[in-house]
Formats: sequence, C-alpha cells, structure tokens
Amino acid sequence: MTQTLLAFLPFYPLISFLLLIGFGQRLSWHLASTLSVGAMALSAISSFIVINQLSTQVPVINVHLWEWFVLNLNANLSDVTPAKINFSFHLDGLSAVMISVVSGIGFLIHMFAAAYMKGDENFSRFMAYMNLFIVAMLILVLADNLVLLYLGWEGVGLCSFLLIGFWYKEKANVLAARKAFIVTRVGDTAMAIGLFMLFKELGHLNINDLTATAKTFWVAGDEAPYWIALLLLGGAVGKSAQLPLQTWLPDAMAGPTPVSALIHAATMVTAGVYLIARMNGIFLLAPEVMSYVAWLGAATLLLAGIAALAQNDIKRVLAYSTMSQIGYMMLSLGAGAFSAGVFHLMTHAFFKALLFLTAGAIILALHHQQNLFKMGGLLKRLPFEATLFSIGLVCLMALPGSSGFFSKEAIIAELWSSTTAGPLLWYCAIFGALLTSIYSCRLFFLAFMGRRRFEHELQPSTSQLLRISLLVLALLSVIGGVFANTLTLSLSALFPVLPSDPINEPQWLHSVAIVTPFIGIIFSWLYFADYRAVEPANANTFQDKPSVFVTFCRQGLGFDALYDLLLVKPYSMLARLNRRDIFDQLIMLNAWYVSICHDVLKSSQTGKLRWYAAAIGLMTVLLLLSLTIESFSRGAS
Amino acid sequence: MNITLVMFSLVLGGALAWYFETIRTHSARWFALLTVLLVSGYFVLSLIIIETDFSTLQLLTRISWISSFNIEYALAVDYLSLVLVSLTLLLALICVLVSWQEIQTKTGFYYFNLLASIAGIIGVFTAVDMFLFFFFWEVMLLPMTALIAIWGHENKHFAALKFFIFTQVSSLLMLVAIIAMAAIHFQQTGRVSFFYQDWLTLELSSSTSIYLMLGFFIAFAVKLPSIPVHSWLPDAHTQAPTAGSVLLAGVLLKTGAYGLIRFVLHLFPSSSSDFAPVAAVLGVVSILYGAKMAFAQQDVKRLIAYSSISHMGFVMLALFSFNAIAYQGAILTLVAHGLSSGALFALAGVVYSRVHSRDLTNMGGFWQSAPRMGGFALAFAAAAFGLPGLANFVAEFFSLVGAYQRYPLLTIVAALGLIGSAIYGMVFFQSVFQGDAKKDSSGEQVSITDLTARELLVFSSLLVLLIVIGIYPNLILAFFQDANIALAIANQAGAL
Repeated sequence: MTQTLLAFLPFYPLISFLLLIGFGQRLSWHLASTLSVGAMALSAISSFIVINQLSTQVPVINVHLWEWFVLNLNANLSDVTPAKINFSFHLDGLSAVMISVVSGIGFLIHMFAAAYMKGDENFSRFMAYMNLFIVAMLILVLADNLVLLYLGWEGVGLCSFLLIGFWYKEKANVLAARKAFIVTRVGDTAMAIGLFMLFKELGHLNINDLTATAKTFWVAGDEAPYWIALLLLGGAVGKSAQLPLQTWLPDAMAGPTPVSALIHAATMVTAGVYLIARMNGIFLLAPEVMSYVAWLGAATLLLAGIAALAQNDIKRVLAYSTMSQIGYMMLSLGAGAFSAGVFHLMTHAFFKALLFLTAGAIILALHHQQNLFKMGGLLKRLPFEATLFSIGLVCLMALPGSSGFFSKEAIIAELWSSTTAGPLLWYCAIFGALLTSIYSCRLFFLAFMGRRRFEHELQPSTSQLLRISLLVLALLSVIGGVFANTLTLSLSALFPVLPSDPINEPQWLHSVAIVTPFIGIIFSWLYFADYRAVEPANANTFQDKPSVFVTFCRQGLGFDALYDLLLVKPYSMLARLNRRDIFDQLIMLNAWYVSICHDVLKSSQTGKLRWYAAAIGLMTVLLLLSLTIESFSRGAS
Repeated sequence: MNITLVMFSLVLGGALAWYFETIRTHSARWFALLTVLLVSGYFVLSLIIIETDFSTLQLLTRISWISSFNIEYALAVDYLSLVLVSLTLLLALICVLVSWQEIQTKTGFYYFNLLASIAGIIGVFTAVDMFLFFFFWEVMLLPMTALIAIWGHENKHFAALKFFIFTQVSSLLMLVAIIAMAAIHFQQTGRVSFFYQDWLTLELSSSTSIYLMLGFFIAFAVKLPSIPVHSWLPDAHTQAPTAGSVLLAGVLLKTGAYGLIRFVLHLFPSSSSDFAPVAAVLGVVSILYGAKMAFAQQDVKRLIAYSSISHMGFVMLALFSFNAIAYQGAILTLVAHGLSSGALFALAGVVYSRVHSRDLTNMGGFWQSAPRMGGFALAFAAAAFGLPGLANFVAEFFSLVGAYQRYPLLTIVAALGLIGSAIYGMVFFQSVFQGDAKKDSSGEQVSITDLTARELLVFSSLLVLLIVIGIYPNLILAFFQDANIALAIANQAGAL
C-alpha cells in the first residue's frame, strides 16, 4: 500500500501534464486548474501519508518500478555483479523532507499560480510545465541511483528553461532561458563526468550502497574521492547558483513569479544542497572539497548580499537573497552540519516562497511594476500583502522566534569549531547576516514606506485561492521552527556526527549571532532614512541614477561581463570565423586545383593553327636543347 | 526470413510505382507506401515467428554468383543487422510519408530511387560476401545521388557531385582492400574467396593488416562521417529533398558504423586495437567540432547535419574503446540518432514547406501559430542534446561510461560535447520557435500552419519510439547483452 502510494507519487502530475499538453487548448480555466492543482493535491496528500509510515523501525521505504538498464562491463566474468540501474524510488529521512517541501510547497504555489496566471492565453501550457517540473523534481529527490537522479536533474533544468522563457515573445526572456540552461548544463556536465568516474572506481551507482562501498575502497584524503566530490560539487554549484556558476539566477527572474517561487527559490535551486547532503559519504572522504564547499558558500553569500543591496527590481533582490541563503546552506554542508543545512533548506523554502508569491501579488496589483523606486507607501494601501511580506522578511533576517532564526542559528552555531570551516567562516556568516538584514530593510522601506511613487490605481487580486495559499505559507514560515526536532531525529541516521570541540568557543558567539540582525535594522533605519520618509531630505533620492560602483554591484559584480569576455565571445567568434568549415575549404582546394588545370589546358586549346605550330616548334627546340645538354654533360663526365 | 525477398519487393514496388505513375498521377506514393508497409509487415512477422538465436551471424542464403572468382550471393544476419534493418524499414516509412506532398515532379522515378536506395542499404546490412557487399554499397549510393541531383534544392548538382566523389574515392580504397584480401586468401589457401567468414580465419601480418584495415576504415569514416572527411555531409543534407536527408542521416550514415563494427573491428582486431587511439581522438574531435560548427550555422539543415557529425563522433569513440558498455552505447546511438535526426530533418522539411526557407534569420516566433510543431521541435532538440528519458541519453551515457574505462581524459574532453549540444539545440529551437513572430514584407506577422494529421503521425510515432527506448532501452540492449558479444569485444581489445 505504502509502496504503491510512493510509486505513484510523480505520476499524478505526469498524467496531468500529458492531459494538459494534449488537450490544453480546449480546456477551460476551471478544468485546467482543477486538473493541475488536483494532481498536486494528490501528490501532496500521498507524500504525507507515506512520510507518516516512516519511523525508527522503518527508516527507509523502497519501491522498484522497472529496470532501466544494466551496466555490464564484463559479462564474461561471473564474479563481477553487473550494475543495475533501475527506476526505483528510495524514501528516507532526507528524501522525506524533500518530497514534503516539493509536493507541499509545490501544491500551494500551484494554487497561487492558478489564480495568478488566470488571464494568460497559454494558461494550460503554463500549468502543464509546472506539473512536469514537479514530476522531475520528485524523481530527483526519490531516485535510488545517480543516473535516475540525473534524469530528474536534467528534467528540472529543462522545465526551468521552459518556464523562464514562458513569455517567449520577449527576446530578453528567451535569452535568459537559454543562459540558465547552458550555464547549469556546464555544471551538469561536470556531474556527469563525476558519475563516469564513480562507476569506474566503484562499479555501481546506487546511492544507498555508495557510502559503504566508498569506505571499503578509499580512506579520507584519497585522490579519487577528491576528484569525484569536486565534480559533483560542479553539478551542485550549477543548479544551486553558487559561485562560479551563479550568473543565471538573477536573469531567471524573467519567468512568471510563481516560477521564481517554485523553481528558483523553494525547490530546484536547492537540488545542489540535496546532492551534497545525499553524497555526504563521498564528500566526507574529501575534507578539502568540504572546505571548498564552505568557502564557495561563504563567498556566494557575501557576493549575493552585496549585489542585493544595489538592486532596484524587487524580484532581483529576492533572487540574490535566494543565492545568499543557499550560500548559507552550502556553508553548513561544508562545515559538516548536514542536518542544519537541510533544515535551512526547508524553512527557506517556506519563507522564500512566501516572499516571492507576495511580491507577485504586489506586482500584479501594481500592473506588473517591479521597480522598487516606483513603489512606496504600500503598507497602508496593501495591508494584507504588506503584513505577509513582513513576516517573510522577519524570517529572512532570522529575527528570534521565526523559522529562519532556528535554522540559521543552527548553521552559525556549527561553524566556529568545525574542522572544515572555522572562525573565519563564522565571521563571514555573521557579516552575511548583517547584509541580509540591511537589504531586507532597504527593500521594506522602498516598497512599503515613504510616499507613493506609482502612477496607476492599485488593483489587488481578490482571488481566494491566492490568499489561502499565501496565508498557509505565512503560517508555515512562522511556525517552521517546530519541525526542528522531528527533522533532526529523522536525519540523524543519515548523517554522521562529526567530532567537534565546542569547549574552545568563546561565550559571546550566540549573543553576537542573535544581535547582528538588529544592528542591521538600526543601521538601515538611520542610513535609509530617506527611503522611509514621506518627504525625503534629498529630493533626488528616487531618481535612481546609479553610480559606477552601484551599477557594478547591480550587475552581479561583473561576473557576466567576465564570462562574456572569456567564454561567450571567443566561442561565438570561433564559430563565426570558421563558419565555412576549414576542413571543407582544404578539401575543396582539390576541386579548385583541378579546375585551374582545366582552365590552363582549356586556354591552350584555342583552335588557332599558328599557336599550335609555334608551340610544337618551341617544344621541339626545348627538347633538342635539353638532349644536347645532357649528351654534353655525359661526355664531360 | 528471406531478406532477398525484402529487397526484391522493394525494388519491384519502386518499379511498379514508377510505371503506374505514368498511367495515373499520385498513384506512385500509394504504391510506395503499400510496398513499404507490406515489406515491413512481412519482416516483422518473420521476426516474430523465427526462433533462431541471432547473437552470432546466421547464414540465410549462399549461392554461387560469379563462380570463376568464387563470388557468391551470400546473406547473413545477426542482431546488429536485424536492428539496423528494422530501423531502415521504419525510416523508409517515414521517408514515404514526408515525401507525400513535397515531391511534385517525376514522382514515379523518385519513389523508384527511394525504394531502390533502401533495398541497397538493407543489402549492405546483410551481405557477407565482400564483393556482394561492395555491389550493394554502390546500389545504395547511385539512387541516393539521383535523389539529391534531381529533386534537391538550389545547389543540388554541386552537392550530388560532391557526395558522389567523396564516397566513390573512399569506396575505391575499400575495393582495393577487398581485392587484396581475396588475393591473400588465395595465397594462404590456394582458393580465391570473398566470403566474410573465410576471411575471419586469415592470418595477416601486422604490416599488411594495418594497410588493409585503413582501406576499410577510410571508406567507413567518410560514410560515418568523421572529421576531417565529413564535409560532403552538410552539403548533401542541405540540398537533398526531405526524405533524402532523413534517409541519409537516419540510415546511410549507419552503414559506416556498421562497416566499422562488422569489418574493421572483426577482420583486423589487432590492427584496430593499435589504431584505436587515433580513431578515438578522431571521434572526440568530431564530437566537439561538429557541435561547434552546428552552433555557427544559419541554415537549419546544415545545423542538423553538423549535429549528426557530432553524434557519430560518439559512435567512433565508443567503438574504439573496446568494451561491452561502450559497444552497447554505440549501437544504441545508431538507433537513437537514426530516429532523432530523422525527426529533426523531417521537421526542417515541414518548416521549409511553410516558409520556403532554411535560413534561421527568416524564422522566429513560430510557436504562436504552430504550438504542436514547436512542442515536437523541442522534444527532438532535447533528444539531440541528450535529455534523460529519451533514447539518445542512454546511448550517450553508455558510450561515455564505456569509453571512460579506457580513455578517461579523452572522455572528459568528449563530455564537453554535452555543453556544445545544449548550445546548438537551444539556438535551433529558440531561433525557430521563440522570440517575436517575424514580420513579412507587408508588416503582417508570419503565421504558419500547424502540423497536419499526416505530419502528426510521423512525428508522434518517432517521439513515442524515442521515449520508449529512452525509458526502457532493454528493448534493444537486451539483444546485445549476451555474454558472447561481450566476450568478442573483450577479445578484440587483446590487451585488456
């Protein structure tokens, strides 16, 4: 029973996808949204039923669907068991967290999307893509082997591509979609190479057995796990928009807002975190890579925090904030605090989905205005949205009591004495928290306080679907902290407890961590006084004439320009220069040569007798001359 | 199973189509369709009935042809030939269907050439007498050249000539090698023989073996095609009529791969093992160079043609990695690429029939008016860049996992082709279907008619096959999992 439910989990949205794609144009809004949201509801309900079956007695549930293929390297050697790659799902504590986030949050976002996208001419196609995304994401987190995981991994990438470019008539959206796909594909390729290597070294790709096999083959610090972990990290940074493959995420905001909430905040971008947590057995054998993970996470969270300070688009602020929060998760994984990282993944999914969706509702009310400098004074005019958004921001800043507080504090608490992280990274995390609270306040002041700077009348949506989904998300964001114990308990079997030495920690660590966001708020209150004032002291406050430095930060600290210069331009130039194919031209030289000979010979065939006579005469003279010379020279020798 | 009957009926059906077209217009295509359906039906039925195990070559026919040289008419099949013949018949059906409206001149002769070429290809996949093999090699070539030269696009004569010269020069090398092999057989046994299985027993000195192997290798590398002898392909594809392109990409290229497996690898195991690093490098260069060139193209069909070169690089790399996984990957690539590139060329043909252009700059925003076509285009582009769930992914995965066992570094470089394929795949799909709809000269947005029922049938059947093989590849791989095959491959590696 439980197994059947588990097996069917991704198939409800899949069936909905097929129906919507097949008959989409003919379905009314009611039918299409009932179908897609209903399928999600089924998935969500069955997820929760299945998860409830998990207990300490039944730590995992497996279900085998069918055999995909067999990698049989040596069929003639009977002592090597061929590696079976199956369509099989594996549910344990980690995948339970993931499926509850994916199907639960996914369901709420589908509900929101049904209301948000109601007027779109391609509504059913939109919902179909969203369903397909859920299918791929569920397969990703439930896969019992890395190849099936890779199937989900690529599938979510394709859906992300489709949804970013959903409004395909705009050139900018099309380019953003392409960029997202290709940049993540770079990471995916690294991951694929990692899989080839893993298979060569260990002879199978089953997730459950990898840790055990890895331990028998390698000890910590070996070269093979180092390279494999590094390659898997490549895949993770691509999907999770971490340095150095982070550039696609801000552009991905071109997609409709529910997409940003679902894919680019709550689920897909955390797939990298999931991958590393899942592969912790390999990563723990490569301590260097663990600290790379931590450092990359820290670098990303600072970079994204700085970039978020300079944005003027509300969705781009949230995008950079997502990047920076995933940076926290990475930092946590790198420090060996796997369950803290996964916990933050979950709470972040709650409050970031809330933030994005509320932003969507605000954008809708403002007639698709996303520029913060064209908002202002929304606190009184949109009280419902403003309240929910503030809840989201409170969680983001990790103010005490909010869900974000529990998870972020859990991460920061582990950093100082971790062997792969350390005090320096702790300072990075604290500084990041400061940045988070500053950009959150800036966003809040610009959007909700100060004077009104938008032109058209507000048109807040009255849809109940929309409001209910927002309310549930808000509730989850507030109480998300209560899941801490259940989560830690169910994850404890999966993640080894690392030795650490908390005795050497200074006493003030926790107090500093708790106080930091408040310092940020006070600082912003004073520094951004103009933003929240009805009559700003400086009249040019809202002109948005960024300085060179602000522009630099706004564009993500120059990474786009750098990659453009180093990779995109050379590749296109190479392609352009060699459009006519150098090999073809070399081969066609033969043709050219033949035709030259043809021309030479043809021009000698003039049909004029005196030319022929002259040529014969000339050749005879030359021939005689050469014969004479030869006989002379022979006579001389 | 009677392959002779299959080939004979195809040619006969073609001849009938040619004849009846003169009596009644539009009858040729019905004759062609009927012929292919009947032949495929017969083939499938006999496959179901027959219980022979085809994991090794099973001789079907062997009769004397030119007795003074011991040249025989000998056909044999194993699972490799069966899979490729099935692919050929399936694509033959697709070819007839995509030509339905496109061919308006000399229709009867067109279908005769199409079916004759298919018969030749089936002959190539089944002949085990080398003289006969060479005969079929030419039989498939001549009608193909005619298809390009008569029903092609603006620059058809040039393309047909280029195609013809490339293949002729390279098959000349093969002919020399075939005759030399027969002569060596005469030296060693006192009897001339062109029979494949006789040749397997020959003992060759390593220096002769390498030259003979190269004779075959070059012929097949041109056909595959591999860098640097690939440049006939973009021209031939661009100028060929749609069915010609489908046939070229879908099965004609596979004759090159088939030749590599059947003759180069089996007849010259040790020389091909020595030569393997060179071939593997050629494969990797083809993968990357093809992907890069595909990105650079403005012409839709050229783009797909270069992507074929890239995919065939995987086959070359996998075949010369000498292990069971890579071998299965190579075979699956043949099938998957046959379906996906056939579909892409058919799609290019459908677009061409609407806008009368192959130039990407004349396209854009077609999703608006043709969403179904766009959906299929996306699916086939996704197949080309190896999206998991479609057949090409499994094929590439097997090829690369297998190749990694022998050439780790080379395979890592080859894997960069995955990025390249994503780039050209996305450029192709987005330039045709996304963006703002193109405006014509009068300022009206160009709108194109979506797929007709016939086109829908073609594309959906191809897509269903790609998905089914993609999620259940054992459908094909099961035939190649036999221990004998793995053993044969492992033996070839010698050193392994």
